[in-house]
Amino acid sequence: MGNGKRETRNPTPASERWFERFPFPVSLFPHSSFRPQTFDRGVHPAGCKSTAGTPIRRLPYAPRLLLPLAQHIGKPAVPLVRPGQEVVRGQPIARADGFMSVPLHAPATGVVEAVELRPSARGPWTETIVLRVFEAATQEVLWAEPRDMDELTPSGIVRAVQDTGMVGLGGAAFPSHAKLTVPKDKPIHTLVVNGCECEPYLTCDHRLMLELTDDLVRGIGYALRAVGAERAVIGVEDNKLDAVAAIRSRLPAGGAVTVQAVPTKYPQGAEKMLIKSLLGLEVPAGGLPSQLGVVVNNVGTLAMLGRLLPAGEGLTERVVTLTGPGIRRPGDYWVPLGTPMRYVLEWAGALTPGPLCPSGCSPGGRGELEVILGGPMMGQAVASLDVPVTKGVSGILVLEARQIARDAPRRSYPCIKCGACVGACPMGLNPAMLGLLAARREYDAMGGEYHLGDCFECGCCTYVCPSGIPLVQQFRVAKGVLRERAAA
Amino acid sequence: MPHASPRIELRTSPHVQSGRTVEQIMRNVVLALLPICAFSVWQFGLSVAALILTVTAACLATERFFNWMSGEPGTLSDWSATITGLLLALTLPPSFPLWMGAVAGFAAIALGKALFGGLGYNVFNPALVGRAFVQAAFPVSISTWVPAYVPGRFSEFIPTSFGVPLMLPPDLGRWVSQHMVDGYTGATPLARWKFENQVAGAEELLAGMATASVGETSALLILACGLYLAVRRFLDWRIPAAVLGSALLLALVFHLVDPGRYPPPYFVLLSGGLVLGAVFMATDTATSPVTPRGVWIYGAVIGTVTVMIRYFGGLTEGVMYAILLGNALTPLIDQYTQPRVFGAPRRKAPEGKA
Repeated sequence: MGNGKRETRNPTPASERWFERFPFPVSLFPHSSFRPQTFDRGVHPAGCKSTAGTPIRRLPYAPRLLLPLAQHIGKPAVPLVRPGQEVVRGQPIARADGFMSVPLHAPATGVVEAVELRPSARGPWTETIVLRVFEAATQEVLWAEPRDMDELTPSGIVRAVQDTGMVGLGGAAFPSHAKLTVPKDKPIHTLVVNGCECEPYLTCDHRLMLELTDDLVRGIGYALRAVGAERAVIGVEDNKLDAVAAIRSRLPAGGAVTVQAVPTKYPQGAEKMLIKSLLGLEVPAGGLPSQLGVVVNNVGTLAMLGRLLPAGEGLTERVVTLTGPGIRRPGDYWVPLGTPMRYVLEWAGALTPGPLCPSGCSPGGRGELEVILGGPMMGQAVASLDVPVTKGVSGILVLEARQIARDAPRRSYPCIKCGACVGACPMGLNPAMLGLLAARREYDAMGGEYHLGDCFECGCCTYVCPSGIPLVQQFRVAKGVLRERAAA
Repeated sequence: MPHASPRIELRTSPHVQSGRTVEQIMRNVVLALLPICAFSVWQFGLSVAALILTVTAACLATERFFNWMSGEPGTLSDWSATITGLLLALTLPPSFPLWMGAVAGFAAIALGKALFGGLGYNVFNPALVGRAFVQAAFPVSISTWVPAYVPGRFSEFIPTSFGVPLMLPPDLGRWVSQHMVDGYTGATPLARWKFENQVAGAEELLAGMATASVGETSALLILACGLYLAVRRFLDWRIPAAVLGSALLLALVFHLVDPGRYPPPYFVLLSGGLVLGAVFMATDTATSPVTPRGVWIYGAVIGTVTVMIRYFGGLTEGVMYAILLGNALTPLIDQYTQPRVFGAPRRKAPEGKA
């Protein structure tokens, strides 16, 4: 945890080589043989992945764990426990409510204190199971039913996946079993495994690919059987070539599963972008990958499935990257679900004032922090430190005041129509025009002629804007208005 | 000791930005213009230094005045008015009276920029609006030329610099004949070609010996400064490439068809203000298209119209009007060259855009 580890250098990503900085656009030679195929446009934020060289460590239990019933997209789980009830690590404490829902397992041995409303990362208070952890609680999982995976049918695998409570660990928190359920009229031929981790700062998927390689390969096998696809392609950004090598050395014979390095470029890890980079296919505008016979899963999700399914365990912990200039002990950690943010930050030293950061900033020195769940491009800032780590939290990024001031332009200027946003938008939209329309509140034109619906809020336009115009933020407002109008 | 409750900053994503600002872009354009200004001062002496300072000061003063009128915070710090001033000065003849330069600076900012709502909202390049204004208002002064490298240019001003309104201008012809070698005609290379069918040599044009506006004498220096901006991505390299490329191509076609009547392509490129206009004026972001295809079309329009005006129009120089026409077409070009949305087979042009 010394400074030596923090200075671990990554290999220079291809995108930062000198010829990439030359002012000629990628789209000039989109399919030339000397350039690996990738999506058009996008941005190259600084990687800041200093935690990539350190093995995953374990975070101790917090005295109290907060387990929201809605940690996934879909219907909240239904509690199975009452206040006062003792539970052991791995025991189901809430069951799935229908198909679009997943169960919840106790991350630690302890006693249920309450089932009550608590603040969530998104803001509103939601139903939460409060678990007081016994002081001598073991890290061993005490509730598990090992199963023979070879006997399961595809639908049996899907049911088993639901029983683990697994959701997309990349951040979407979409129930994994729903993603692995294939409609009869749309067969899946290819499983794309997303190991891009294109967000700056985050390294949890990188460490997982290195340390849980066998689990990942096993998980890919289960997912292939569940969806009935004949091949799987693992896409990894070329700033993680050690992960590519590690996976390649463990791949099963036969060639059904391949791993491919893709250029380091944000948002390479977006579903549609990765499919374009790996397969050369464009998901139709407004459509889903399943229309092309493709399903995309995150490496973290599949690695955890490969570990949990045979053991018959539930999801009780996940790897979280603790990083940012405001953190004094950065690294990747196994964090029990439900650990309160305040506990994590205190443990990592983010709330302790003191001049320790190598960049010269003093974490918490002025008492001003920005705590972001996920990466800096699409992550969500939290308003309260009393929210817990949930299944969808891939990273906790703490920026401190000076960094915030340095990254944000000091003032905003009018749009000078430089076109930087048009040259950055991976979806081929015209954010400059959308921004002008948003300023005039012409939301209908935005949604109609200018295809606002195709924007997935990657933030590239705002990232490059020299005028400091909050474009994505305006687009979110516009989308909200359009949703309301559609509902009315 | 842990803080009980640190102050939490709450923003929406993205939480990081590239760090590039309008101020940074504009400041670098000013930096890139300074060598060109310095070169022209070395060529033409004190008068040009005074002209550049006067025009720029007029632009800044006008910008400040409109800030004060509208009650907005000052916008001088974004450097855009400085760029307008420098560029405008570079398009004027060295002997241009200073008071007319001040009028040009005022017109550029007032009519070209403030009237539309300031930075980013202007339809036409402000420097060219100022230049068009004085071309209409002072047709004689703007087409009077003096030779470069006059002896004593650093110790005395060109007499017309201190001309005053409503008075007869000082006799420039006598001043020129006092100082200059024989055979000076007072016509630009373009005018000599148009009216006397004399094509200036490339070495004359490149060495800055030609009779021209303040900043139009060194194509190489302008290209070098433009290259600096392009490499640092402060300038869209596609626009000068399209302007110069289309002009060269068209000139080559004409030259091959009738070499006796039409000059070789290098002459079209190096004479007049084509390079300065292509690198520094056509690339003004607010008045050029944002779409990738639109940028090429816009540049090609400017290059083509410039050659057409020079060959078939009544004027000797057409860069200014070509760029102003390109500016006017920009919203239309943008509308019909919207990028193809990811996953969409083909894109129709939106109709009824505001």
